[in-house]
Amino acid sequence: MKYRLGTMAVAGLMAASPVMADLVFPSLSYRTGPYAAGGIPFADGYADYFTLLNERDGGIGGVAARVLECETGYNTEKGVECYESTKGEGALVYQPLSTGITYQLIPKATADDIPIHSMGYGRTSAANGDVFSHVFNYPANYWNGASAAINHILEVNGGDISGKKIALVYHNSAYGKEPIRTLEKLSEKHGFELSLLAVDHPGQEQKSQWLQIRREKPDNVIMYGWGVMNQVAVQEAANIRFPMENFIGIWWSGAEIDVQPAGDKANGFKALALTAVGSDFPLYDDLQKYVVETGKTAGAGDQLGTVPYNRGIYAAMLAAEAVKKAQEIHGVADITSGQMRDGMEALEITEEVMAAAGLPGFGPSFSVSCENHGGEGMVAVTQWDAGAGKFVKISDFAPTDMSVIQPLIDEDSAAYKAENNIDSNCN
Amino acid sequence: MFYREAGDFSTTYPQDSQTFPIKFDRWRYYAVLFVAIFVIPFMVNDYWVNSIFMPFLIYAIAAIGLNILVGYCGQVSLGTGGFMAVGAYACYKLMTSFPEVSMFIHVLLAGGITAMVGVLFGLPSLRIKGFYLAVATLAAQFFLVWLFNRVSWFYNYSASGQINAPERDTFGILITGPNTEAWATYLFCLIFTVLSAVVARNLTRGSVGRQWMAIRDMDIAAEIIGVNPLKAKLTAFAVSSFFVGISGALFFAVYLGAVEVGEVFGITKSFLVLFMIIIGGLGSIFGSFAGAAFLVLLPVLLKIIGVDWLGWPTDIVAHLNLVIVGGLIVVFLIAEPHGLAQLWRVAKEKLRLWPFPH
Repeated sequence: MKYRLGTMAVAGLMAASPVMADLVFPSLSYRTGPYAAGGIPFADGYADYFTLLNERDGGIGGVAARVLECETGYNTEKGVECYESTKGEGALVYQPLSTGITYQLIPKATADDIPIHSMGYGRTSAANGDVFSHVFNYPANYWNGASAAINHILEVNGGDISGKKIALVYHNSAYGKEPIRTLEKLSEKHGFELSLLAVDHPGQEQKSQWLQIRREKPDNVIMYGWGVMNQVAVQEAANIRFPMENFIGIWWSGAEIDVQPAGDKANGFKALALTAVGSDFPLYDDLQKYVVETGKTAGAGDQLGTVPYNRGIYAAMLAAEAVKKAQEIHGVADITSGQMRDGMEALEITEEVMAAAGLPGFGPSFSVSCENHGGEGMVAVTQWDAGAGKFVKISDFAPTDMSVIQPLIDEDSAAYKAENNIDSNCN
Repeated sequence: MFYREAGDFSTTYPQDSQTFPIKFDRWRYYAVLFVAIFVIPFMVNDYWVNSIFMPFLIYAIAAIGLNILVGYCGQVSLGTGGFMAVGAYACYKLMTSFPEVSMFIHVLLAGGITAMVGVLFGLPSLRIKGFYLAVATLAAQFFLVWLFNRVSWFYNYSASGQINAPERDTFGILITGPNTEAWATYLFCLIFTVLSAVVARNLTRGSVGRQWMAIRDMDIAAEIIGVNPLKAKLTAFAVSSFFVGISGALFFAVYLGAVEVGEVFGITKSFLVLFMIIIGGLGSIFGSFAGAAFLVLLPVLLKIIGVDWLGWPTDIVAHLNLVIVGGLIVVFLIAEPHGLAQLWRVAKEKLRLWPFPH
């Protein structure tokens, strides 16, 4: 039986690989499972941006972009299968939108000479491009997020948080555990007391964690959650009447869909942000004209303007800018994944670039270099206005405490370098 | 006609009691082995190995292991995921502590460590049975996952709590890490799968296996005719966990390369392997292979048909996948409650007589 199924699969693969010049962007999406609430809008935004480029500009540098979607369900095994089945099609860059899958792909993609862009997730120490030659996590990473949350709490408390109690509610996985080291260092530096509350996959069971919060009465709660865990956490916080303005989510815990179920009680919930909020950008006019009105939207087309959709747009925009950079460096339009890597490493995002893409002020300015694959780590803070039904930016993109983060990045990447005998990328 | 035993005489007892007494069967088995060892390694690429062959081979080992416990000894276990995690973490600790030792030895040792843990969690089986034992093994599942999440020694104090397989080799051929050749990882897993199947088959045919089956069929009667339940049940737990541990070690080190215990070795993994042996057939080595193939290959096949051929949206295909696999499980079990292995057996019986059934 094994062999018969095998031959059919071979035939399937052969039938499915057309050969033509295009720029392939695999989208390891998840439109099913407990994390679909975040996965669907991101995947839609990612696909719609490339559709727009194809429809409006005829692709990037004259070559059409093709988004190759593969459903992972946020599951690492399926992620590996998706990677293997799409890499042969000329994949330029992987954005798996899952820290677990990113960890999985870092060594594989490096060996296959395909870059990974884990935008605001993945392995934080990959910001050290000297060790992680093919992994990029600009514009900001988890540790910038942890520091930005603490900075915001500092700002609210007039610069002094010694003796305060801060709880971290985190997804009990590589993703949620990432900020712990940084927060521990920051708690030494600022003198606050840190307590850790793990929530297991998928995150629907949080009664005991919030009971503990009710008992311990921390001054602030920081959350690293994703998918259904966010909605449950916001609801639980509302149930124990935790003051929402003291509850800060990472950028993965700050979408409209995470706070809407709790209704008015979620008013005041804060979340960090990688991009600006809303749809008040020139790009959206083009999206409306070329994608929405022509009926070419990905998915149901009802996610435009939401936080994760905007993030998908931003991820696609950064990929497209990196392609342009690579085309410029190498002088060819139909670039390879290795050339894409060079483009990403030379990427420079300025106000002008953002404005030219129709997204003025949408994200921070930053530049990537061989040593620094993480950008400058600028993070904004948003707050949920339940009455208006939208997130409002309450502080602009601000720098984070690199004096704490950089030594941690160096330490962790040096350990990885030693463990895997990696040569320096930058010399 | 194609499949008959006329002229196929056994003249000695060993000939009569071999695994494949019918000549046609035996040659078919040799042919499959030949293709698997000498043909496939020259044809495979990364996609084939990582998406199809490797999961199939590794799940087959896990299914064989669980089949020994559930199918042959009748002790229901929901702790497979936890025991696979023990194999994976044991392998990781061994790999990082003794980098110069061959991967073969690491994987076997990981199996051995899992066997010991399995015996420990098998102790309650001496007093409780059936659903109650299932709950006790469920406790093992949750406890082990919690342990590997909680104690940072197991993941060498890494910040993310993940374990990553460093590059290791056997006889100078890379087996783990990103720079492996497709054929090397395939053959490495194949060797373990074939050895597991042969060992399991021969154990279940011998006196140990008969003791297990006696306990399964009626433990009191077995005790009266002189089967020691302590020995029989604990050996079943040990052997079963040994195979499950090997599969966990391969799953982590060779197949995935990076593992996060809660996601990869959670309760869903326990159920998946249990479904494999129920669909494949309890108490059958062939059933373990058939069940693993069914649950590993069918989703991939459906995905290729739905997304690549028909061009449907990926989420529709993912949902349809659940519906179709679920539906097929129900249909198969209604048509043949004893699983694919029984279907195969019935087909063989029919083929023996075909085309003259009377």
